[in-house]
Amino acid sequence: MSLGGVPPVAPGVDRFVTAGRAASDEWATEGDGERLVPTHCSYCGVQCGMYLRVDRAGRVFGVEPRDHPINRLKLCPKGVTAYQQVHHPDRLLHPLVRDRRDGPLRRASWDEALDRVVAAIRDIQDRHGRDAFAVYSGSSMTTEKAYLMGKFARVALGTRHVDYNGRLCMVSAAAANKLAFGADRASSPWFDLLDAEVIVVAGTNVGECFPVLTQYVWAARDRGAKLVTVDPRRTPLARTADVHVPLRPGTDVAFFNGVLHVVERDGLVDEAFIAERTTGWEAVRGLVRRYPPERAGEICGVDPALIEQVGQLWGRAERAMALHGRGLEHHLHGVDACLSVIDLVLATGMLGRPGAGYGTLTGQGNGQGGREHGQKADQLPGARSIEDPEARRYVAGVWGIDESELPHQGTSAVEMVRQMARGEIRGLLGICNNPLVSMPNLPEIRRGYDALDFHVQIDFFLSETAARADVVLPGSVWAEDEGVTANGEGRVVKHNRATDPPGEARVDWEIVCDIARRLGRHADGFAFRSAGEIFDELRLASRGGGADYYGITYDKIEAQGGVFWPCPSLDHPGTPRVFVDRFPTPDGRARFHPVEWQPPAEEPDAAFPLRLTTGRTVAHYLSGNQTRRIGALVEQTPRPWVEVHPSLGFADGDPVTVTTRRGAITLPALVVASIRPDTVFIPYHWAAPVAANGLTVDALDARSRIPEFKVCACRVERGAALDTVPAPLPPPGHAPPVEERAALADAGPPTAPQGRGTGERPVSAESAASAASAESAAPADQEDPR
Amino acid sequence: MLSETLFIDPGRCIGCQACVVACRECDSHRGKSMIHLDYLEPEESGAAMPTVCMHCQDPVAPCAEVCPADAILVDEGGVVLSAAKDRCIACANCVHACPFGVPKLDVAEALQYKCDLCYDRTSQGRAPMCATVCPTDAIFYGSYADLLAARPHSRPVDVFAFGDGTVQTGAAVVVPLDAARHPAPGGWT
Repeated sequence: MSLGGVPPVAPGVDRFVTAGRAASDEWATEGDGERLVPTHCSYCGVQCGMYLRVDRAGRVFGVEPRDHPINRLKLCPKGVTAYQQVHHPDRLLHPLVRDRRDGPLRRASWDEALDRVVAAIRDIQDRHGRDAFAVYSGSSMTTEKAYLMGKFARVALGTRHVDYNGRLCMVSAAAANKLAFGADRASSPWFDLLDAEVIVVAGTNVGECFPVLTQYVWAARDRGAKLVTVDPRRTPLARTADVHVPLRPGTDVAFFNGVLHVVERDGLVDEAFIAERTTGWEAVRGLVRRYPPERAGEICGVDPALIEQVGQLWGRAERAMALHGRGLEHHLHGVDACLSVIDLVLATGMLGRPGAGYGTLTGQGNGQGGREHGQKADQLPGARSIEDPEARRYVAGVWGIDESELPHQGTSAVEMVRQMARGEIRGLLGICNNPLVSMPNLPEIRRGYDALDFHVQIDFFLSETAARADVVLPGSVWAEDEGVTANGEGRVVKHNRATDPPGEARVDWEIVCDIARRLGRHADGFAFRSAGEIFDELRLASRGGGADYYGITYDKIEAQGGVFWPCPSLDHPGTPRVFVDRFPTPDGRARFHPVEWQPPAEEPDAAFPLRLTTGRTVAHYLSGNQTRRIGALVEQTPRPWVEVHPSLGFADGDPVTVTTRRGAITLPALVVASIRPDTVFIPYHWAAPVAANGLTVDALDARSRIPEFKVCACRVERGAALDTVPAPLPPPGHAPPVEERAALADAGPPTAPQGRGTGERPVSAESAASAASAESAAPADQEDPR
Repeated sequence: MLSETLFIDPGRCIGCQACVVACRECDSHRGKSMIHLDYLEPEESGAAMPTVCMHCQDPVAPCAEVCPADAILVDEGGVVLSAAKDRCIACANCVHACPFGVPKLDVAEALQYKCDLCYDRTSQGRAPMCATVCPTDAIFYGSYADLLAARPHSRPVDVFAFGDGTVQTGAAVVVPLDAARHPAPGGWT
């Protein structure tokens, strides 16, 4: 085995029957000259292990499955094709600058581009104050880079305005976990799922957003586990679930209060756990008594019998696990929704044992690690609060600055854009995000970005956001750098460098350090010579904090198949399962939080009678800046659609205009019985004019500041013509690659939410000839059985 | 069925197409997938099913039997290979003869392509690429005993009815225990 003898501290999935026998690293199809570089996927929070195949010339040309404990060889279509980003013809090879605001981007030298950046930062900060220049970062990059962006903002720029795109993603769960448990981490490793009797999956389309996690769920069911899914759509995972609860978007609090009502009513709570490990139960008990299944069912728009059934299943299980995702978290009351799940978990003592646990499924590859080490507006490394005097002193000491120089808490991502529109923030450095696709209510977002005096974006492809920047700096894809990420279970894994950035592109952290050195403010704090040096400083900065990485080393990660934090000392193996006998709160107890259901920001009315919800599809990732360029993924799912119930009277492919108070877009209908009749769905990976976020509402949760992507009021009507799907942008002066773009011409919806079947694809020129010929010869056999 | 073979379990399939995309990565047919992935009654069920070569055993390989150029060979273990490049005449007889609709014809290359159980991988004791990456084990590679040990609630079927006849195959389809019929319907009923 490639990771033979994985020690018990980071056990994997070795209780599965594994496909194949020979170890992956003993396998090479091309014999001499080929290297296999062990690493992990660039995409979602599962962080599947994989080998990149590198040829003699140093080019990454393929992928080979890797028998890592997380995924034991499995990969989804995004993972299989992730390597195609590396030498993609759309890669940015040179710095780009714009001479006038409305002028085109043109090629520039690094010196010219960086001089522009440094001059603009100085000018804006001199005239408008340090806080007038902001940093907007991301979580789809290594923890080293996430840490560096927080330090860069606070130390090199001295601005309080730094936040990251996890604000659009995981912050509701993070806030709830800290309130209830005192720490922001999933309680259990995913292999604990194999011991669960009941698994509740709420507001997360596991089969499409975390496909490889499905094997844990199926393996648990092979062992007799019951599966409950809670989602307005009957997702691929929900299709065969034991109980599927198709609730209205934005009613999760009522549902979980209803389930806890049943559990409490029937005396199925764990009194001993409540007495010894928690505080605040009485208030929650009083609250959930007012949520009988009839009332909860009324709010959720589901049969009360389903709530009764889930209450009985969960309450009578010895071991149960709850997992939730953005469907539950992306709400005006997203933190409340997470707390309602946690109340159920605490009341039944479903923590700290194999098969008993709770966790959020982080959306981004480093959603967990990216929110731990200080690129968040309110946070310092080690998941410390930036307003905690002791934490400020400690981190200022590590950074070699005076505590008084350390800025205080800033504002959240969407609020920063509003400050840009108001002229309070005049300059921005962006990295690892594409807000002109991914933020809610895009017309307002565009207004904020258009108001900037200066905008520099670091990216490896020309995203819709980079395309409107004043300076674009060509950075690295994941395979060109090394560093760690923490996956959705809190397991820290190591990405390894397989090749060098192409052309004049540079590794991201080198670019950021170069800017810091040129700015000159505490420049010696940015003299890193390797990602490993950044990691070593991060380890120290996190030491003693909530997310303690001090004992984690690159070598330990590789030897163990990952290290779960906290890992406070070099001889510590890491902590796969947390909250086993105490919670990291001052008194060691978890806190209950009574949460009333409150309606979303927009309820349907006469003008907008339906609910719009948004989300992902399996072939694409986040804003699509990466996946919309990969041939196989574009062929699978070339365009967005609007998913509607048959009762709305449309046929597949009908142009349907979806209108909200923010805007209107016209997409082809995909008619499915698997969605609620009062709800429509649009996937959000595409840019205007087919951007779902042109429609979404920018209401923010009061505590987490997460936008309510998952529900707003809308109406649908037959449209005239479909809105055009824009092609991803190539670098200026480059022709777009023909093959990857060919499928974009297809107007129709996919066959199913997961994409087009292989028999449903429009044929390219070459295969058109082959299909025409085969058809004339064999009309029946080649056709789709339908 | 073959001693080690592919088991297709549509009950586990999430329709993600990792198999389709991974098949394209093979060094011998880059960019072409041998796997068919169908969404079954998408409006109603959302179910999906991959189709691979079933490696027919009785009658043995109808595709090979009708090949006028003897381009399709069956190895000693029963694996039905892809058409040999130096023999295939692109007549499409195999396309017509296959009861499962598996072979594809590339007219430009004048060559038939079909799943050969990743001969390069299985001959070295490794699972085919589709089964290796499949996130749900909807495509599983191993022995009958392996499968039953992992999934006591399932039952593989390797005999399929087509009209009055049956085809017994080297690969198998997994059906739920309580729905096990023998033979399984080979076509759409």
